[in-house]
Amino acid sequence: MSVLDSALPPRIALVGNPNCGKTALFNALTGSRQKVANYPGVTVERKIGHFVSPLGRRVQVIDLPGTYSLRARSPDEEVTRDVVLGRFSHEDSPDLLVCVADATNLRLNLRLVVELKRLGRPIILALNMMDAAEKRGCRIDAAALSAALGVPVVPTVAIRRGGVQPLLEQIDGAMASDAAESPAPCGWSEPSSRDLRAYHQEVEGLLAGCVADAGLPPLATRRVDAVLLHPVFGLAFLFLVLFLMFQAVFAWAEAPMNLIDGAVSGLKDWVAATLPDGALRSLLTDGIIAGVGSVVIFLPQILVLFFFILVLEATGYLARAAFLLDRLMGGVGLHGRAFIPLLSSFACAVPGVMAARTIENRADRLATIMIAPLMTCSARLPVYTLLIAAFVPDRPLLGGLVGLPGLVMFALYAAGILSALAVAFVLKSTVFKGAREPLLMELPAYRLPNPRDIALGLFERAKVFLARAGTTIFALMIVMWFLASFPAAPEGATEPAIQYSIAGMIGHALEPLLAPIGFTWQIAVALVPGIAAREVAVGVLGTIYALSESGDALQSSLAGALAASWSLPTALSLLAWYVFAPQCVATLSVVKRETNGWFWPAVMFAYMITLAYGASFVTYRVASALL
Amino acid sequence: MSGHPTPETGQSPGGRHLGELKKGERARVTGVDERGVVTTLPEGELERRMIEMGLVEGSQVEVLHEAFPGRDPIAIRVNEHTLALRRAEARAVLVAPAA
Repeated sequence: MSVLDSALPPRIALVGNPNCGKTALFNALTGSRQKVANYPGVTVERKIGHFVSPLGRRVQVIDLPGTYSLRARSPDEEVTRDVVLGRFSHEDSPDLLVCVADATNLRLNLRLVVELKRLGRPIILALNMMDAAEKRGCRIDAAALSAALGVPVVPTVAIRRGGVQPLLEQIDGAMASDAAESPAPCGWSEPSSRDLRAYHQEVEGLLAGCVADAGLPPLATRRVDAVLLHPVFGLAFLFLVLFLMFQAVFAWAEAPMNLIDGAVSGLKDWVAATLPDGALRSLLTDGIIAGVGSVVIFLPQILVLFFFILVLEATGYLARAAFLLDRLMGGVGLHGRAFIPLLSSFACAVPGVMAARTIENRADRLATIMIAPLMTCSARLPVYTLLIAAFVPDRPLLGGLVGLPGLVMFALYAAGILSALAVAFVLKSTVFKGAREPLLMELPAYRLPNPRDIALGLFERAKVFLARAGTTIFALMIVMWFLASFPAAPEGATEPAIQYSIAGMIGHALEPLLAPIGFTWQIAVALVPGIAAREVAVGVLGTIYALSESGDALQSSLAGALAASWSLPTALSLLAWYVFAPQCVATLSVVKRETNGWFWPAVMFAYMITLAYGASFVTYRVASALL
Repeated sequence: MSGHPTPETGQSPGGRHLGELKKGERARVTGVDERGVVTTLPEGELERRMIEMGLVEGSQVEVLHEAFPGRDPIAIRVNEHTLALRRAEARAVLVAPAA
């Protein structure tokens, strides 16, 4: 070891099956001292944290994606393999592997331990969820297991205070002892089916020698599943859960969104009152504060949606949803696992596209990524809300059960979902032809979610979202403000200033192209900055119609202005445009990152803009003929 | 847990496979043979994945749930854990009546 190396803190990596409580253990070890980072060159996120051991040693912890074996099947699992084997050129392999095993389900977990032992690296086996195992009457002789395996074995309860203390002490002990030893040579090679059977025999021997009583199977889970996986009640329950989730996204997020809106307006007014009139004031208020504010306002909706996703995932229900929908989604060639990325895409396509990493097969994964942006994300909502308020009369239907505006909103969501299924079907029967990746998925026992893990997960999401608003969107807003402000309006101009700007010129140049789908020049101008992020178009329309209000006041007065100056076919055409149009730089850039190239984002942009133009054209022509 | 036929010779004439079991049926795995199952995977991969998920000679299985439509995929109990898989791929798992 060189002098430089020994100055670095020791690194441990957490390895284990999916659902073994690895992330809970990571959270218990590091608390909030963690961050999400990307591996250079690959697209998989990793979580890194640190803690100080009882002996005062600072230790770095890496939480690796869950896996059943080191034979990587998906991009996620490749990262686990490469870190464990030390294949990343910029970093050494971890000093210590903490293999996390679910004590209630030792067989599969021990199989991975047996495989990891071939690495010849220091290992500690953490028997997690010992409390649940004991409750089921499962009796594991940790000392015998440790002797048989030849590695230290410590029971842990990640969700209980002090439940990781034995592990911390064991880590200290391991750090002290193997500083002197050099690791044994790596004896791992990709196992054949014969090797896997040998591992299995080894595990059976370990279980026979060290587990006195395997305990009762989780009967509660089985009883609950009898209802929740029922072909009829199970699907009905799933749709009920989804309905409640979308209901909550709107209802719960309303109050905090109003607060953010008020804070943004307040900040704008304060800056406007403090600074002298000029370019700087305009850049700060109209460009940066208004622009970033219009994105940050979606934070509550995204957090509510992720709250549901995290809770459903922690309870073990998301795997059941994938099971229930596998056959139905198979009708258009999608994998049951595609459900989770597509669900996330209703908040924002960016996390949705990233969640597609868990899909092993490249064709299945690409098909899922390509349709993710067709799910109605929350950035489309301000535009939908505005146009519905302006053009759809609030007429009660079905005896007041639903209103016409609600029905139109539902139809827009449905249009997105149905077209996504249609696109998936076309993709899977042409470019991504072939059988689907097999479904081999563990259905974990139901568990109560741990509030700390949910809170840390939400905190992480908020950080990622705000970082995006603070960097990409911040930069785009400055560019867009520049395009919309220069050159300035000439003396004695009668039209709003944006008309004379570069954005205005681009909009006017696009007008003939957009005239066949019924778009006015105002819409064309609003679409130019709207390419960066969909929701920005609302603010630009406000500028064009020379309105000084912001937030809710802008929405209502702008709705009035639009109702007076646009025809109904034009409004419908714009709604159809918004269902499909690829107006989101963040999505395209994440697709570029996830597919390692510009080809797929280019395909996505081309097919979506074609669909948008086609849908708007048909909508405008049909509506003009009928109305 | 030894003494079961090796995978290469595990297929007994007239034997059944996991893909044809009905809800509530229990069985014992006698072999894994992926020949005759069409997948996107390279040769030998389905067999290895089945073994990694616990579907290996000697495992006790029980069909717990069937999805909709077509009673597919199925959720099965394998020793202590529950696994979801499609009937098409479950054909690779050969079974005999539970002992």
